[in-house]
Amino acid sequence: MEEILDIARRSAESVEVFRVTSVRTPVQFEANRLKQIQTKESVSVALRLVKNGKMGFAQASGNVPPADLVRMALETSQFGYQVNFDFPSLQSFEKVEVFDPQVEHISIDSMINLGQTIIDAVCSNTAGIICEGSISRGTATFEIASTGGGHASCKRTNFSVSMDGMLVRNGDILYVGDIRSSCRPIMDPSPVAGEIIRQLDLARSNAPIKSGTLPVIFTPFGVAGSLLAPLISAFNGKTVLDGASPMKDKKDMVIFDRRLLLTDDPTIPYQPGSTPFDDEGMPARRNALIEHGKVAQFYYDLHTAALAGSSSTGNGSRSGGMPSPSIHALVIEGGKVSQADMLKDMKEGLIIEQLMGAEQGNILNGDFSGNVLLGYKVDNGEITGRVKDTMVSGNVYQLLKEVLAIGSDSRWIAGYVNTPSIYCPAIAVAAK
Amino acid sequence: MRDRLFSIIQGLRADYIEVRLDESQSSRLAYRGERLEEAGRTAGTGGCVRALVKGGWGFASFNSMDRLADSAAMAVEQATHVGQGHSEFSPAQAVIDKVEAECKKNPLEIPLSAKKSLLDEYNRIMLETPGIQTTSIGYGDIRKKVTFASSDGSYIEQSRIDLNLRLSAIASRNADVQQVGLSIGSKGDFSTVEGLQEKVKAIAQRAVALLSAPEVKGGTFTVVLDPVLAGVFVHEAFGHLSEADHIYENPQMRDIMVLGRRFGGQHLNIVDGAAVPGLRGSYRYDDEGTPASKTYLIKEGLLNSRLHSRETAARMGENPTGNARAINYSYPPIVRMTNTYIEPGTTTFNDMIGGINKGVYAKDWYGGTTSLEMFTFSAGEAYMIRDGKIAEMIRPVVLSGNVFTTLNNIDAIGNDLDMNQGGGCGKAGQSPLPVSNGSPHIRIRNCLVGGK
Repeated sequence: MEEILDIARRSAESVEVFRVTSVRTPVQFEANRLKQIQTKESVSVALRLVKNGKMGFAQASGNVPPADLVRMALETSQFGYQVNFDFPSLQSFEKVEVFDPQVEHISIDSMINLGQTIIDAVCSNTAGIICEGSISRGTATFEIASTGGGHASCKRTNFSVSMDGMLVRNGDILYVGDIRSSCRPIMDPSPVAGEIIRQLDLARSNAPIKSGTLPVIFTPFGVAGSLLAPLISAFNGKTVLDGASPMKDKKDMVIFDRRLLLTDDPTIPYQPGSTPFDDEGMPARRNALIEHGKVAQFYYDLHTAALAGSSSTGNGSRSGGMPSPSIHALVIEGGKVSQADMLKDMKEGLIIEQLMGAEQGNILNGDFSGNVLLGYKVDNGEITGRVKDTMVSGNVYQLLKEVLAIGSDSRWIAGYVNTPSIYCPAIAVAAK
Repeated sequence: MRDRLFSIIQGLRADYIEVRLDESQSSRLAYRGERLEEAGRTAGTGGCVRALVKGGWGFASFNSMDRLADSAAMAVEQATHVGQGHSEFSPAQAVIDKVEAECKKNPLEIPLSAKKSLLDEYNRIMLETPGIQTTSIGYGDIRKKVTFASSDGSYIEQSRIDLNLRLSAIASRNADVQQVGLSIGSKGDFSTVEGLQEKVKAIAQRAVALLSAPEVKGGTFTVVLDPVLAGVFVHEAFGHLSEADHIYENPQMRDIMVLGRRFGGQHLNIVDGAAVPGLRGSYRYDDEGTPASKTYLIKEGLLNSRLHSRETAARMGENPTGNARAINYSYPPIVRMTNTYIEPGTTTFNDMIGGINKGVYAKDWYGGTTSLEMFTFSAGEAYMIRDGKIAEMIRPVVLSGNVFTTLNNIDAIGNDLDMNQGGGCGKAGQSPLPVSNGSPHIRIRNCLVGGK
């Protein structure tokens, strides 16, 4: 890193280097048994430099000489945007727990054992199910250094467990699954096995459903998969700046149910989305996006914030290119109503666990429409079976304006979203 | 390099070993509205080793070439740890070959400044359209050289250039935001992203017009799909189900997907093949060294064949089809599509819509996904069909189907095959893989359309 900084500073006004070094070991299961063990090592370096006031960018992985990287960044700087911010000079950050040395010591055999135990539990519940999944451990080191004096470095561990089951029955295919992720080892097979078995039990038979409008409970998986993508887009400072967000002129207005609190929180200990600083070396912090139904705050990186006359919220994120605003970990605050009580309240309705295609509509507008990949029909307060060949359509802003209840059943989905169930009065259903 | 790779492979004990080394250079330009947000370049090297021992796999990837020998040893050790049974893997002839990149108009020889001025022009066209709020443009090109060596004695060097352009025009009125996009991709021909001025203008005008368009009420309709959306349909509705890795270890799926089963009418022929030349999913060898082929997935309505890697082929007693692909060195190859399409029939477009009292004409794509049995695909543009004619524009629709019924509900296949090169496919975390898909216009009876 120092070498790149030194070469680049000879031809540029300011320079920033970002490096990620990682190693990940996924153990993969296929057809109910161990299939493959992988080890993935990766080192990537990204260089931002300012030349004649303009931004240049280059990125390299592997055997790329530092001088080549600098030359590439200098070349792109001729076309880069006029730089309107300084690289941060921060060197210390509030501690956020994201490293657990235990992870590196988990043996391959205990990972194999964990996966096989989950599979065995699922298979003994439901004959004929075919499970596929992975248990993965990894360590990544993030480092940022700039000519402004900024320096940040953080080592993060990750452990994740994902398992899917596929059940073919009478020419009918059912998918069930769970995914959990943490900076600490997850060695207990029962939550994942239990969740998959719960889904299997509820989907044991199919129930008829007619087109119309029905009340709906989005389970935590349903919320994460159906409702969040439009909000993530709408609260992105860049979407707001461009005038492409329905929230652009709604700041400080109450447009959601008063019970709704949505927070981006990178400070929760040992969560995989947690971090002391963002990918630009700005302190990562807890930001309330929706506060009691009010549009509280949008999220920004340095460049977008400068354009918008705002300041970075510590949400600069890189996914293969230049930083742009991105959320760390979304938390919807849990409510007081149990899923059982929501169910009791429902005369006829629908529970949505997984919606396929939900993110393929016009997300910008808050619209979503999808096929209920996993969902259950409710009649007189009881789940009567799985619905199939059914589409639902809605608009996130209309759905969340007034909800019937927010659940007390919050859970993490894949480690990056924590949400309860949400019970909404009406959704359009189209069925065959 | 060849001698070094073979000496590493020969020094290890496994039923099969392969090494892949990647070298790539890419450039990227991104706009948001008037702002050029990113002008960037990337260079990379990396590699991986995959080993098969007694039916178990090990895989190790790395960035730095000095990790090659250690990674190879690790892959074999991991495979040995997994392997409990016996390996089944189709044998292959040793292939020694070198494939140069096809490039009609090489994007790497075009200066960044020229790319930028072309995009500036498209951007201006969109931004000057009355009612347009903002735009989004992403352009990228990549040159990649992959060196492959295996314990079969194969040594193959393949280079390819891939480029893609995505433009979106975004219109807004009050809290209503509508967008229309255009995606273009090509295997090394920059001229495919040139001369798009009229198309770019049209998407901007359509985005504005969408603000006044009504939404369809959800339900079942007779739908007509244009070649682009029908291509996405065939990819999602049948292509993924044809990938043998979803089938080979699942006895019930093997029963469902028995060769000869009827999925559609006599008129339905579905093809996948990297050997179909000049398309974005075309290549000479896959990432296991198998030569590309052209496979009839459905012939005259009957299940005819499927897409294989060497492992799935061996396990099912069928021949490899050259469909094992890896997006880059940090992933092992898995069974993927290449160029997937419905072969043309004889129905003209006018005959196709002529008999429809009330239906939906859905064009262009936004996305698509599948759970093998049920799938969704979303249109970028849609119209009502009334009394046999194209009527008012409606908000884009999401359509859904069930593989066991929807292919049978195709009752007309057009004569106007066209391939869409603008898409990318995602599977098992490997996305977006360059593929193409296409079809003539098709008509589907009783298709589920989402809507309020």
